Amino acid sequence: MADLKEQIGKLCAAATFDAEGEFLLVEVPDAQWHALAVALKSELHFDQLIALVGVDWGETLGVIYYMTNTATGDIIHVKVVAADRQQPRLHSVSDVWAVANYQEREAYDFFGIVFVGHPDMRRFFLRNDWVGHPLRKDYDASPEKNPIRLDDEVREDYTCSWVEDENGQVVKRVGKVFADDEYVINVGPQHPSTHGVMRYRVSLDGEIVRKVDVVSGYIHRGIEKMCESLTWPQTLLYTERMDYMAAHINRHCLCLCIEKALGLEVPRRAELIRLMMDELMRLSSHLLSYGCLTMDQGATTAFFYGFRDRELIYDIFDRTCGARMSMSYSTIGGVVADVHPDFVADVRHACDVIEKNMKEYHQLFTGNVIARNRMIGVGMLSKEQAIDYCITGPSGRASGVHCDVRKTHPYSLYDEFDFDEVVRTEGDSMARYMVRMDEMLQSIKILRQACDKLEQEGLQGEFCAKVPKMIKLPAGHWYQQVEASRGAFGVYIESDGDPKPFQKPYRMHFQSPCFNLIGVVDLTCRDNMIADLITITASIDFVIPDIDR
Amino acid sequence: MFDLSSVTSWLDEWLNGVMPSWLATTTECVLVAVFLLLAYSVLAMIYIMYERWVCGWIQCRRGPLRVGPAGSLQIFADVFKILTKEIITLWSTDKFLFFLAPFLVVTASVLTFACLPWGKGFQIIDFNIGVFFIIAVSSIGVLGILLAGWSSNSKYTLIGAMRSGAQMISYELSVGISILTVVCLAGTMSITGLVEAQSDCWFLFKGHLPAVIAFIIYIIAANAENNRGPFDLPEAEHELTAGYHTEYSGIHYGLFYLAEYLNLFVVSGIASLLFLGGWMPLHIPGLDGFNAVMDFIPGTLWFLGKAFFMTFIFMWIRWSFPRVRIDQMLALEWRYLMPIGLVNLVVMAIVVTQNWYFGAN
Repeated sequence: MADLKEQIGKLCAAATFDAEGEFLLVEVPDAQWHALAVALKSELHFDQLIALVGVDWGETLGVIYYMTNTATGDIIHVKVVAADRQQPRLHSVSDVWAVANYQEREAYDFFGIVFVGHPDMRRFFLRNDWVGHPLRKDYDASPEKNPIRLDDEVREDYTCSWVEDENGQVVKRVGKVFADDEYVINVGPQHPSTHGVMRYRVSLDGEIVRKVDVVSGYIHRGIEKMCESLTWPQTLLYTERMDYMAAHINRHCLCLCIEKALGLEVPRRAELIRLMMDELMRLSSHLLSYGCLTMDQGATTAFFYGFRDRELIYDIFDRTCGARMSMSYSTIGGVVADVHPDFVADVRHACDVIEKNMKEYHQLFTGNVIARNRMIGVGMLSKEQAIDYCITGPSGRASGVHCDVRKTHPYSLYDEFDFDEVVRTEGDSMARYMVRMDEMLQSIKILRQACDKLEQEGLQGEFCAKVPKMIKLPAGHWYQQVEASRGAFGVYIESDGDPKPFQKPYRMHFQSPCFNLIGVVDLTCRDNMIADLITITASIDFVIPDIDR
Repeated sequence: MFDLSSVTSWLDEWLNGVMPSWLATTTECVLVAVFLLLAYSVLAMIYIMYERWVCGWIQCRRGPLRVGPAGSLQIFADVFKILTKEIITLWSTDKFLFFLAPFLVVTASVLTFACLPWGKGFQIIDFNIGVFFIIAVSSIGVLGILLAGWSSNSKYTLIGAMRSGAQMISYELSVGISILTVVCLAGTMSITGLVEAQSDCWFLFKGHLPAVIAFIIYIIAANAENNRGPFDLPEAEHELTAGYHTEYSGIHYGLFYLAEYLNLFVVSGIASLLFLGGWMPLHIPGLDGFNAVMDFIPGTLWFLGKAFFMTFIFMWIRWSFPRVRIDQMLALEWRYLMPIGLVNLVVMAIVVTQNWYFGAN
């Protein structure tokens, strides 16, 4: 860390450092930020921007950028503060890390920070006639300001960007998203294949897709805003409502982050149960993904097969957690209740059945000549693009990026388990599909080992640490990543160390993998056909509530 | 074998005896129309149930279960539902064409349906160019689909209609060529003549290799012609929501649905007439006892059984395969099916002229 500090100090003299926390914190003024970003990427190989967190510190507004070096796994974070609260402006780094494009639009939407040099500075989630920026601390939430509007958005086709002219003055330029003579069709918000309330505006040339404009936010619930008015244990609830196919994993992540902040030690047995639940969740998610991908290509029977086997896993959740969808099982310090006495036997049974049925899936779909023609070579995403757009999870690994958080930054007990990181190099839809199928086998492998370990620990036993009744975090900020079903899920929490009872988070940010995944829809679908758009989005596999947090 | 034409000609003579000939002809036409439409709608209902059960069985589901014994009344509930639904009229459609389109589609399917003989003499009229007539009238359907997509004035339906036009016109060639291959073997275009020629041995076996190739091409092309999976691109649910009939509701949508299922019966029926001997029972040369037992089964049952068997194959394909993409669909037709079909036709012509087929004198 000291080494990095020295190197960054050489790159930017104005940078100040704080090595106290878990990752090195660099603070730079906005004027030097863009140059430092370029240097960080080109010279220190911080090639992936993993999170962009806008924060309102009361007096000032700013952004914290988390970035990683994909070769070494080093993580640093950079804090950049906007000088003027009334007219906050920062320099855009969307030309350095492509993923910043949508991330900065989100920060603009919620904090009103204008990113100078960003090519497309529209709101991302909210309507363009929304008044105010909700995550600011001085936001006026009264319903009169933003009534429920029943009319269409006006000037939906227009975009704008702020650029610096030759005198250093920032000027606004207005442009259009599509040209007037383009044949634009709406795919969504109600469409069978967008897997939720998602809308693409697709410019077509016959059957060929020329441009995709992602319009998001139809089911945005403002989870980050709501968390600011809840106590720490209450916020856990919302993690399961984001990617509901990674409910356990997301909740595990927030628990880990809060436990890290509290310095709480979780019993080994509880951690083992959490890990098993995570892997069951991953298995169920990949089964769903198999089903949806096959159905989007018209193979409805395969869809039913995928759903049939998910029932086994849901029955396990049902018996232990009492719920099938939103299990609310992990808690700060462990899990809320001990597992069902038959838990291990059920898990072993489910593993056996799914492993056997996998052969049938491959026979029915993977080997099918139509399926292969539809997927091989369709929706190419190179390794460089995957890193640049911060594509993690199965989709990233299909492009050859070693991005499995369970291997790169092991958390929980994953370093005790013997499993392989499934990586392929083709980067097409087939590779993304196959990575998921192979990962299911790895999850089964982990689950079997975990079953043995849990039997050693005892089928019944300690499942939660002693946790104080009132959870109060010291002042500071923490970031925790886990490998969710669809990629690296990150949680940023900031506490002001408020000594009063019922302490609430000062700022909580969820870095969802699916948000980054939609960033490559336009890139991968361009110049492919309409049918490929469906294949590609299905193979990238996102869950809409995870984008619209 | 029982010939239904003895009954019909007796009826014809009787009617002519009791009323003037113009009235007799009119009465016969009305009777035929009533029977035809009755058979049409009953078959459509049977087919919808058939598809739901087969699909449920393939997908490890139970299928319809609740309405009536083993779900057998489900279809009546569905039909009443669709009959009582509101027909939604959109603002910016071309009203006349919008309403005309479903009827065109149904007309085409009724016309082709009317040509099928259900047994010896059990048909409306025996043309000497019966097969040719079927190919001709079945093409009207594509007009209805194109009009439906165009007049709805929606981007999705237009894309669906254009896909449909490209697909149906392309695959009609392959259907035509494979039918022509059989006509070449039979030496007649009359449907009765075609079936009679199979009394000793079905064409699928008689014409051996070229007939089997023609049969496979027919199955693929007929599937595409029918807009059924894996060629359901015109209504590709996951891309175009419902393709050309996105904007239709109520019974107008029901008519498209009806036509789709009847077309399935029609293509299965044609396959059974051309390749599987129509109403002819299965005869194995040399096994006289077996042949005599087979003769006891009525011809109509043979025809329906074969048609239902072919339909099962079509359903099996539909529920197992993913959907092809538009360029792959066109490539399959123009690069593979049609050239192979043409070569196959030449091979069949050689086989026929050289008397290389089974049962040749």
